[in-house]
Amino acid sequence: MPLDASFVGRSWPAETYEVSLEKIREFATAIGADDPVHHDRDAARDAGHRDVVAPTTFPVVFTWPATRRVVDDPALGLDFTRVVHRDQSVELTRPLYAGDVVTSVVAVDDIRDLAGNDVITFRVDVTDADGDTVLTTRATLVGRAEPEGSS
Amino acid sequence: MSALGDASAGDQLEPRTVTITRADLVAYAGASGDLNPIHWNERVALEVGLPGVIAHGMFTMSLAARYVADLAGDPAAVVAFSTRFTRPVVVPDDDAGATVELGAKVTDVTDDGARTVTVTATHDGKGVLGKAVATVRPR
Repeated sequence: MPLDASFVGRSWPAETYEVSLEKIREFATAIGADDPVHHDRDAARDAGHRDVVAPTTFPVVFTWPATRRVVDDPALGLDFTRVVHRDQSVELTRPLYAGDVVTSVVAVDDIRDLAGNDVITFRVDVTDADGDTVLTTRATLVGRAEPEGSS
Repeated sequence: MSALGDASAGDQLEPRTVTITRADLVAYAGASGDLNPIHWNERVALEVGLPGVIAHGMFTMSLAARYVADLAGDPAAVVAFSTRFTRPVVVPDDDAGATVELGAKVTDVTDDGARTVTVTATHDGKGVLGKAVATVRPR
């Protein structure tokens, strides 16, 4: 079933996430990022940062769940069990730090049909407590067509 | 000065080999909150038609972004990373895990010193990340 094209341009209510030192450490450890700026506050400050620095891909910790809540909106018509994550991007305007309280707004950038498969791109705009842009993530998901004979 | 900081357009950077084990996937699942069982449960992975447990695409992307951060010598310099997930990395249930070969090439240098870095990631000789591009901007 094709996706509801009226979702393009729509956005969902903002969600807030508080970035913590321990979550940054846990994420950095999980990806093997042992640079002290991810783990040690003094080392981060010595390197000119105000607090420990999140790895570039850390924002998915909160942008993916925010996106997932939209993916699961039954009105959208996307069957998550048939979804493949095709593309992902992260663009940082400034480093993301422990102590940041950020707000994510999810929007649908694009919906198209590719050989019977639904292709949908979600954009998440993330701002800080002052309302300034911190980063933007984009995720393109493909909802694979139902196999022949199924309904 | 890092190797990347000195590099010109066209320069190939030092490659790196990373391994991914089931334990790595469990740690990443917990750290990222992505608990999809295809990344840790063989039964579920096979049921949905996969050849076995596969790595999170985001985990492979994270390893690639970390590799670029190490080349840059400053994690905060990696200000953008985008990729397509072209093939899954199947992670066997053994201690050796799956091997991913990472490579990087500078494809552009701007006047302000920002570098566009094209990253390759291959597993069993086939690309697992496509159109992977990082932007590295010195602070």
